[in-house]
Amino acid sequence: MRRVLRAQTGRPGIRANLSVQPCKGNRMASETNLNAGIEDGVRRRDFINIAAVSFAGVGAAAVVLPLVNQMNPSADVLALSSTEIDISAIQSGQAIKTSWRKQPVFVRNLTPVEIAEANKVPLGDLRDPQTLAERTKTGKENWLITLGVCTHLGCVPLGAAEGEPRGDFGGYFCPCHGSHYDTAARIRKGPAPKNLTVPPYDFTSDTVVTIG
Amino acid sequence: MSFPWAKNYEPQQPLMKWLDEKLPLPRLVYNAVGAGYPVPRNLNYFWNFGVLAGAALAIQIITGIVLAMHYAANAGVAFDSVEHIMRDVNAGWFIRYAHMNGASMFFIVVYLHIFRGLYYGSYKAPREMVWLLGVVIFLLMMATAFMGYVLPWGQMSFWGAQVITGFFSAIPVVGEPIRVWLLGGFAPDDAALNRFFSLHYLLPFVIAGVVILHIWALHIPGSSNPTGIEVKDEQDTVPFHPYYTAKDGFGLGVFLLLFVALTFFSPNLLGHADNYIPANPLSTPAHIVPEWYFWPFYAILRAFTFNFLWIDAKLWGVIAMFASIALLFFLPWLDSSPVKSSTYRPLYRKFFWVLVVDVLILGYCGKSPAEQPYVIMSQLAAAYYFAHFLIILPIVSRIERPAPMPNSITEAVLAKHADKSSASATA
Repeated sequence: MRRVLRAQTGRPGIRANLSVQPCKGNRMASETNLNAGIEDGVRRRDFINIAAVSFAGVGAAAVVLPLVNQMNPSADVLALSSTEIDISAIQSGQAIKTSWRKQPVFVRNLTPVEIAEANKVPLGDLRDPQTLAERTKTGKENWLITLGVCTHLGCVPLGAAEGEPRGDFGGYFCPCHGSHYDTAARIRKGPAPKNLTVPPYDFTSDTVVTIG
Repeated sequence: MSFPWAKNYEPQQPLMKWLDEKLPLPRLVYNAVGAGYPVPRNLNYFWNFGVLAGAALAIQIITGIVLAMHYAANAGVAFDSVEHIMRDVNAGWFIRYAHMNGASMFFIVVYLHIFRGLYYGSYKAPREMVWLLGVVIFLLMMATAFMGYVLPWGQMSFWGAQVITGFFSAIPVVGEPIRVWLLGGFAPDDAALNRFFSLHYLLPFVIAGVVILHIWALHIPGSSNPTGIEVKDEQDTVPFHPYYTAKDGFGLGVFLLLFVALTFFSPNLLGHADNYIPANPLSTPAHIVPEWYFWPFYAILRAFTFNFLWIDAKLWGVIAMFASIALLFFLPWLDSSPVKSSTYRPLYRKFFWVLVVDVLILGYCGKSPAEQPYVIMSQLAAAYYFAHFLIILPIVSRIERPAPMPNSITEAVLAKHADKSSASATA
């Protein structure tokens, strides 16, 4: 870079340690330029060379951007980002499975026993410490809404449908790699690192929830 | 490069002479797999598996190109298009079953090829580059096989895609965005299926390219052999053609017999019934397992069920699984013994067989459900796998006292022959 700058300003500087060997054919034609260049240890051609290659490099790098970005979710995929659910039919102790952004969502109506059990657990015992209150909306502590996507490698845990095993802690159980979730869908045992994700949602009325 | 006594290509016919001047392709073939490539005279049948892997790749490419003519990579119709191939397309069932079982046959011969290399020390100098390129091919094969398995869009396809792309979500902070970027959505869907199809079509040709480099790198020092002693002079070698074209041809016949037996009599033996159920994003099959060739690595992935240091179990599992393969890149430098062949390495030979059993145990655990006793079994077996390469191998190669070795390949061959003839003379 330093050499280039000197070539631009034409300021004579310390002779760079550069052996310039002009080819015979060119010597006559561009003797003045060449001699000026040799004094600085730099030729105009070096500047043009670096400038041209740098410019091409920037151009090539810029083309990578759209090529990488095309892999991200497209507009139609992102458009599925919000879903309305009617929860009026879910009895206490029941859960339903629905879908948001093509991912399963569990909506569970917790029983008072399950709520008590979740609140009984000391936070220090948890891998991903969170209280039930933090995972639900105020005044709606019985509505536990989580993604049905195991935080380990993404299987759908069992326990939402009637008769499915609910694991050692009475919540959900992922059969793929053996993760157990408790009644607040918090990870208690197995390889999963996090609690089941609570998606962004709001109660639009007492019986309708909008996810996303 | 070749040995000085290698036969020279001398075209006789005017047409071949003309061609040799313009484009010396026949010369290349002659020097690569013809009479112009001298090969150690003592290769056993374990040296067939490279050619068999090449044949398997060719079969996969040919059947795959045909399947792509009938398949539709769209989540709405992909499953039905595979059923269309199976039921409606003329001979479609045969081509698909050949492709499906061809993948298994490919992995069988490649695993034997790899263990051949481990037993006979083929990874050692001067053939490190051959080994490194081989590991690259193995990784590419795994990626290709995984993406191919997603295409029928059955239950196992879908959940395999979900779990395997889930590996990337283990990376701290950027993991989840990377996963979404790879899938082009929040769960496997159309975008993922299409890009997997595109890459599944591309990668076999990349593999073919790396195979050419693999063979090129091999032909610089020349093939290894069961004694591990390098070629010294002409009597140690025979020309590749006709000696090994014949031997490989026989092996290829046996391979194809097993292949067609599997394809015709038991085409679904190595598959999973669940993959004949269309993908359902809301329900995971009760017992998901990858294809058999991934079982050992799957067992290593699942071996971590506890957080350790400041890294959580999930990331440990993913690191361990990738490390179990990445380790192979360092193998030429982990084993410092100058003796290549296990024939002359009494101690290493024992540990080699323990490793084989260990990998089989890992495979068995990988196919079993994630419960005891398989969890503890896979933990022990995974620990041993790493110990073999990182602890046992470096120590063994230092303390081992190799058995006496013959001076040359020819001496080894003649000694073996003399043993046999004297044994038959006394009998």
